[in-house]
Amino acid sequence: MDDALMMHRLQFAFTVTFHYLFPQLTMGLAPLIVILKTMYLRTNNPLYNRAARFWAKVFGISFLMGVVTGIPMEFQFGTNWAQFSRLTGGVIGQPLVMEGVFSFFLESAFLGLFLFGEERLSKIAHWWTAFAVFAGSWLSGFFIIMTDAWMQHPVAFQLGANGSFQVTSFWGLLLNPWGLIQYSHNMCGALITGTFVMSAVGAYYLLEDKFVEEGRAFLRIGVIVGIIACCIQIFPTGDLHGKMMGKYQPVTVAAMEGLFKTESGAPMVILGQPDAESEKIDNPLVANKVLSYLLYGTTTATVKGLNEFPKNDWPTNIPLVFYTYHIMVGLGTIFVAVMAVSAFLLWRGLLYKSRWMLWIILCCLPFPHIANTAGWITAETGRQPWIVYGLMRTAAGYSKDVHAGNSLFTLIGFMGLYTILAILFLFLVYRVIAHGPVEETAAEIESGTPITAA
Amino acid sequence: MLLTWFLLVAIMITAYVVLDGFDLGAGILHLFIARTDEERRTMIRTIGPVWDGNEVWLLAGGGTLYFAFPLLYASGFSGFYLPLMIVLWLLIFRGIGVELRMHLDTPVWRGLFDGSFGLASLLLAIFYGAALGNVLRGVPIGKDGYFFLPLWTNWRVGPQPGILDWYTVLSGAVALFALGLHGAYYVALKTSGEINARAKRAARTLWPVIVALTGASLAATLYIRPDLLDNYKRWPVLYIIPAVVAGSLFSMWRASSRGQERGAFLSSCVYLIFMLVGAAAGVYPNLLTSTTDPTRNITVYNAHTGSYALSVGLIWWSLGMAIAVGYFVFVYRMFRGKVTAAGHGYGSYSGSGRNRQG
Repeated sequence: MDDALMMHRLQFAFTVTFHYLFPQLTMGLAPLIVILKTMYLRTNNPLYNRAARFWAKVFGISFLMGVVTGIPMEFQFGTNWAQFSRLTGGVIGQPLVMEGVFSFFLESAFLGLFLFGEERLSKIAHWWTAFAVFAGSWLSGFFIIMTDAWMQHPVAFQLGANGSFQVTSFWGLLLNPWGLIQYSHNMCGALITGTFVMSAVGAYYLLEDKFVEEGRAFLRIGVIVGIIACCIQIFPTGDLHGKMMGKYQPVTVAAMEGLFKTESGAPMVILGQPDAESEKIDNPLVANKVLSYLLYGTTTATVKGLNEFPKNDWPTNIPLVFYTYHIMVGLGTIFVAVMAVSAFLLWRGLLYKSRWMLWIILCCLPFPHIANTAGWITAETGRQPWIVYGLMRTAAGYSKDVHAGNSLFTLIGFMGLYTILAILFLFLVYRVIAHGPVEETAAEIESGTPITAA
Repeated sequence: MLLTWFLLVAIMITAYVVLDGFDLGAGILHLFIARTDEERRTMIRTIGPVWDGNEVWLLAGGGTLYFAFPLLYASGFSGFYLPLMIVLWLLIFRGIGVELRMHLDTPVWRGLFDGSFGLASLLLAIFYGAALGNVLRGVPIGKDGYFFLPLWTNWRVGPQPGILDWYTVLSGAVALFALGLHGAYYVALKTSGEINARAKRAARTLWPVIVALTGASLAATLYIRPDLLDNYKRWPVLYIIPAVVAGSLFSMWRASSRGQERGAFLSSCVYLIFMLVGAAAGVYPNLLTSTTDPTRNITVYNAHTGSYALSVGLIWWSLGMAIAVGYFVFVYRMFRGKVTAAGHGYGSYSGSGRNRQG
């Protein structure tokens, strides 16, 4: 791989991976905040409004980080991937503009009202601002995933003059079946992040024995929504996603599973280290015939291995695809177990007293972020060596006039800047959590620094 | 159809400059006219609920460019690689500067974010001006439609220029002072008391500067690109544009000397709009001019997307923008009027300068 291609890929990978840490939290928290506001409307219990405000603060910080790291994403299509942009603008330009026009304006308009308009608005109107922020963030996810889905599974296009891609059906592009499955899987993943963060903060408060009422509410809502999301994540969304990949990207599936040779009754490798040079898995731990069953519904089905495909169509980094896929699936399975046990204890009325379970929930805090990130790395490195699957190679997509040195220069810049953002984010969210979901007094509002008053 | 999309992109960029322009202007000014923490906070609160929505125009405009004129997006964005990346970094500093200062009440923390907000705003204004200068001057487009500009070469306007030369530095200065003045009128409109008075004083100082710079940049532009007058010669009705620019400068002065805050701000909006419209009218149908060979110019004719996409795009784009304009009217109405003393106005979204009643 030549240097410039590597640098451009690294920069995009780094900036998008970092960026998506924040939207997954905001998209996960947004519906939970709507639930809290709904419960406030129904019960009139100020606890829920306090809780909604508390999460709105976390949401606000995460949203800001998402905004400032998101703008570079849209520009990097042109700056670093000029050849790709030039040929695909006629197709994926459309969902990209729609994201700005239909969702960013919506989000930015109502977030201000949601965060500051509470006393200018009626209770119902304020609920609607929360709902609009939720709708905006989920719409934005929709459009950007439709953009990615077209790169994964190009539909509704024809080749125009000079090799460019031109859209032929507005709805065909927006309702790309690949994208719909990917979207449901991804949003469910975001919801898992939101519910685990909410549950973990609830567990933290119970373990610290402060804000007990609020902590219980966080746990209750987090666990109930969380168990639903964790199950849907595996079935049907994850299952459908896997089957779809088996059909359209069999070579990627072979890499994900570390299946070098075609087999009928193929085993699922649970652990191991793929050696792409000698085409085998070291230290394999396998479950016989499971892969055939998962992909095709029978234990005898033949699953194509990497050997069926020309080597230059193999994903460029097979071990990475293999590991990230296994991390995602492994963590997803653990999440179901954690949420199932928590939900059972909640149902039996034991959760708030089961300190061991609260510790487990607390320690799960970072893992949904890791699982979501791993899933995206699987999808995007699994798509390689294509930038538009089967049609345009990644090596043909980058900006030829931007040499490796320039790209490394800006990559280093982003790394430095994003390190600062990460520190600020953790510091500020820690302060919000340490301060807790307290009622803000008039004096604190006057001083303008309610968060610092703790 | 192509002219329509050219106009739509131009409208979005203009809307961005006018709207985010006063955010940047307020940022620049707050370095100079706000002295106490309370005053800085008041200035930030004038833009708190709207800056993010204003910034969306940049994203939507960039996206529209990608959609409608992919060749221009690809060539321009990769050719202006370094300055664009710097702009992206500055937008990050501006964003966290606005939003994070209120989280802690210590002089160092606030100083850090005030500095970040003010300096980033200042540099952004200069970079935007220089970017426009580069588009007007032209760039050395290669055979394949691409180019790459270093940040500077010999500071001369020639066939192999840098991003910065004497002409683009002048454009940067125009943008800096124009947005500073725009921000001063905005801050005056949205505040009262001492800050209001200082913003007005700043505007009085900046006004003659911008009159001089407008004249100088017009002369410089016609000196390096006399062909920009071709469209004007062909359609003399276009000469109304420079007349409106001159009129808006006069009406800024008149409105501010009569204490009409709204009139002065609106005149400044008209000034910015017509400066950009004048530039767009000069370059059309070129989008990016080649300094080496006119056959390599990127124009609306060779850069556009397929016609199906463009005609369907007109439908959803208009629908989406109509809704977006509706949001803007609604939000600006909700937060209309002057920002008042602490706790009774409005603030920024992850900060805490907010007005809540328990």
